[in-house]
Amino acid sequence: MTVSLLARYREMLRIRRFEERCAELYSAERIRGFVHLYIGEEAVAVGVIGELQPDDALVTTYRDHGHALARGIDMPAVMAEMYGCMEGVSHGRGGSMHLFSEPHRFYGGNAIVAGGLPLAVGLALADRMQGRSRVSACFFGEGAMAEGEFHESINLAALWHLPVLFVCENNLYAMGTALARSESETDLALKAAAYEVPAWACDGMDVDAVSDAAQRAVALVRGSGGPAFLEARTYRFRAHSMYDPDRYRDKGEIEHWRERDPLTIAGQRLVASGVASDDDLKDIDTEVIAEVDAAVAFAEMGTHEDVAELTRFVTSEGATA
Amino acid sequence: MSTTTGTRTLSYREAVREAMRDAMRADGRVFLMGEDVGRYGGGFGVSLGLLEEFGEERIRDTPLSESGFVGAGIGAALGGMRPIVEIMTVNFSLLALDQILNSAATLLHMSGGQFNVPVVIRMTTGGGRQLAAQHSHSLEAYYAHIPGLRVLAPATVADAYGMLAPALADPDPVVIFEHGSLYNAKGELAEPPNAVDLDSAAVRRAGSDVTLVTYGGCLDLCLDAANLLESQGVSVEVIDLRTLRPLDDETVMTSVSRTHRAVVVDEGWRSVGLSAEVAARIAEDCFYDLDAPVGRVATIEVPIPYPRHLEQAALPSADRVVSAVRKAVGIDG
Amino acid sequence: MAEFRMPSLGADMTEGTLLEWLVHPGDVVHRGDIVAVVDTAKSAIDVEVFQDGTVMKLLVEPGATVPVGEPLALLADGDSPGSRPPVTEPAPSPEPPPSPEPPPAGRTAAAPHGTSHDAAHIPASPFARRRATELGIDLTQVAGHGGVISVADVERAALARNGEGPASTDAVPAAPEPVVPALPADKPRSSHAAAMREAIAALMARSKREIPHYYLTLDIDLEVPLGWLADRNAGRPVAERVLPAALLLAAVARALHDFPDMNGSFADGAYHPSPNVNLGVAIALRGGGLIAPGIPDADQLDLDTLMARMKDLVARARGGRLRASEMSDSTITVTSLGEQGAESVLGVIYPPQVALVGFGRIVERPVAVDGMLAVRPVVTATLAADHRVSDGHRGGLFLTRIAELLSDPETLMGGSHDARDQS
Repeated sequence: MTVSLLARYREMLRIRRFEERCAELYSAERIRGFVHLYIGEEAVAVGVIGELQPDDALVTTYRDHGHALARGIDMPAVMAEMYGCMEGVSHGRGGSMHLFSEPHRFYGGNAIVAGGLPLAVGLALADRMQGRSRVSACFFGEGAMAEGEFHESINLAALWHLPVLFVCENNLYAMGTALARSESETDLALKAAAYEVPAWACDGMDVDAVSDAAQRAVALVRGSGGPAFLEARTYRFRAHSMYDPDRYRDKGEIEHWRERDPLTIAGQRLVASGVASDDDLKDIDTEVIAEVDAAVAFAEMGTHEDVAELTRFVTSEGATA
Repeated sequence: MSTTTGTRTLSYREAVREAMRDAMRADGRVFLMGEDVGRYGGGFGVSLGLLEEFGEERIRDTPLSESGFVGAGIGAALGGMRPIVEIMTVNFSLLALDQILNSAATLLHMSGGQFNVPVVIRMTTGGGRQLAAQHSHSLEAYYAHIPGLRVLAPATVADAYGMLAPALADPDPVVIFEHGSLYNAKGELAEPPNAVDLDSAAVRRAGSDVTLVTYGGCLDLCLDAANLLESQGVSVEVIDLRTLRPLDDETVMTSVSRTHRAVVVDEGWRSVGLSAEVAARIAEDCFYDLDAPVGRVATIEVPIPYPRHLEQAALPSADRVVSAVRKAVGIDG
Repeated sequence: MAEFRMPSLGADMTEGTLLEWLVHPGDVVHRGDIVAVVDTAKSAIDVEVFQDGTVMKLLVEPGATVPVGEPLALLADGDSPGSRPPVTEPAPSPEPPPSPEPPPAGRTAAAPHGTSHDAAHIPASPFARRRATELGIDLTQVAGHGGVISVADVERAALARNGEGPASTDAVPAAPEPVVPALPADKPRSSHAAAMREAIAALMARSKREIPHYYLTLDIDLEVPLGWLADRNAGRPVAERVLPAALLLAAVARALHDFPDMNGSFADGAYHPSPNVNLGVAIALRGGGLIAPGIPDADQLDLDTLMARMKDLVARARGGRLRASEMSDSTITVTSLGEQGAESVLGVIYPPQVALVGFGRIVERPVAVDGMLAVRPVVTATLAADHRVSDGHRGGLFLTRIAELLSDPETLMGGSHDARDQS
């Protein structure tokens, strides 16, 4: 699916403004718990998810707002989930880290690093066994590649020839630990390739670069029925989470990466190619902000679930799946 | 429910194998995955012959990646299959405990009811065969602790066969514990087999002086102890829990409120185990009916030793059960 | 050397079973010490020795049944020869004997911390406690095993006390039941109850056979004494409050000063008035059966003490721990129906006594007061008396005297030291 740069720009801006508002709402204690912001990494979700079909499966991490929005999940429903309201995408039960949507084949939102990878492998296995050609894409940070589950999952996907797209969002830091302090081999695509999986890296700050790479990877997975690995080199402009004092990164480094803000890159390219003017971009911003405002208003009016319903969703209600 | 036209004798192992075979014949979504389930015929020989009948796609050998393949089984269940994931033993299951707890048991709730996980996980459990400290665990309590899981412990041939079909039909995850010492045990299976439920404990032996509550591999030694006690003038009722989560309180309390004494027999370690849970419930629900403290016979707090005499001393035995019952009824001895 | 003999513990007792010895050879005993427990047809009774001395030899084994009067033990250096009839002394302050059982070997401690006999601290299983409440068993009176009371111990105690059945919360002594034929004694559990029934039957039959009864009734307005009692009780903790039943007993006890023909015993063809008022109190046992132990010198006791004695007697009667002297020495009996009974009771005199005073249920009734209609709490007092000793005129005066005393309750308060009319 080819999506225009302008459309991608808007998608990234939606994520950006949503995340900025979450930071503000968190500080005002409207949102609680752990919130992991995607600011700076927008190009990866938008670029990759833009290349997936609606019936492909998605598994991601706790840093999942961007993926949810890029996937087309209703912004008000995502915000309501942040507020813990029943109108939220997970019925208010999950919170920021556990966004799920069955109609979007969006399987979370997983707070165990690398915990979602075997699920993606299994989803792909089910497709293979039932003769469907769908892609199961899983997003994870570079820190997950130290977990045994990454290795087990990519090995299984390769061994059983399963249509899994492994997308590594390499933002150089696993919470407070830099990549070089965590991996003996920091060339991540090389590690994946060791499993006989086609693997390559791309510039995660440039949404066009990401979508090009993703397009090729998705086509490969769908065509061959086997796995592929994509490393997107990106950077988060904010701390690991709202609780993180971010003392482990050099301010200069952060500033350097901000110069490669995916919105700036995309915006400049749009203006330079004449597709949109600065005013057009401002208009988009105004619309996006209004959309975020509306989502917040929706969440503020949301319903808190009755405590009497506490033990729902422990077992399935009604018929078998 | 089908009426019984006869019974046949088969081993527990055969009963599990036939249950899987019948399930896979009936539903193409059912498949078996785990270490050595295919070519090897299963670590305990349970799946012998199944590869030949169903092929490599449906009898799927996995690498030694408990977390990976249990998670994949969960993903496959999410994706519409009905996998039977075999973890060779509960001893290795800890590597997959994260997937079982944080994915299988929790996805339904985290997603606000959107994604149920119809996976069945089978594991061999228990000690008594001199397999030493790392291969002799009984960790049913770890799993019975978790909301979102159903935990089964078939102790008889009829249950070994009968419990699999309703477990596969359950829209939510089910963990089945098969005690390693039971595989060779022979028992009767009705022909055609009777349907069984997954909700109730079973009174395996009626009695009036004391209630023994147990499950899985300890059932036989409890029945032996009960026979011995009968000759000593004590009438013992033996309850097989069958399902460890959710526990069938009603059957237990009905019995204890009648006998006024209870002893819980559990192969897990005594502290913080299933026996503690059952004893606590009896104290909560039957306090005013109790004529003696609730007794527990569990594994002694030691990693399971290799030498036979030490291992036997650590594990529950008919002798220890007899002593506990005699103490409960107030006979010296 | 003196002999300690099987005492007579009731008018119709011919034999008793020694349940246990509470002394050993060599023990020094004093008059009033409890030395043995004897089982009569009705209950287990603590038996006291009436002389000082040293126990030399126990002649009878526990479990043996011997006739009344049979020597049970030999005592050295008693100062009262065995032939003198025991003198009735005021009973020592009631204190149940401690449970004697040593724990059998091998029992481990699920057990008890502390050895207090307070019921709350007695280690008993929850089921045992529940059963004890149901059966009306006082746990302080139950001997357990291994330091813990189990339900078997409670049921054993109930059997020994020969009663079981729903607990009654009624603290006031109840009326004697009408004469009922003895129950069949085929079930071991109820054999004790059956034996008691037989004993009561025999006694009642004898009474009706030998004593020419006459009956009188008098309705007594209790407004003044009940009001007085309520005032007196106000501000007192429940444990120290006095019940109307105690007032009634006090009135009867004091009324007897002037009516010696109501207080004594008829034996050997002649009446022997008693210098003491040993007031028998009829107590119904749960599950059937009746016992009438006495309060010695009830006329001498102040009201609070009389109340305490009455409560104690009821508790010990129902727990099966009464003293020999309490069983044999009453000079008159009062029977009261309390809250649950009929409005009047025409009872049967307990031989060898010559009178039985009955009180029905206190009910609100319309009465004429100064020509006006009023509603007052009224009790019907009845007298059953031996016509060989007194007549209706005397009986009527006696009842009237009781009513007079009740109308001036202050006179019932302190222990009376009036000179008694010994005619």
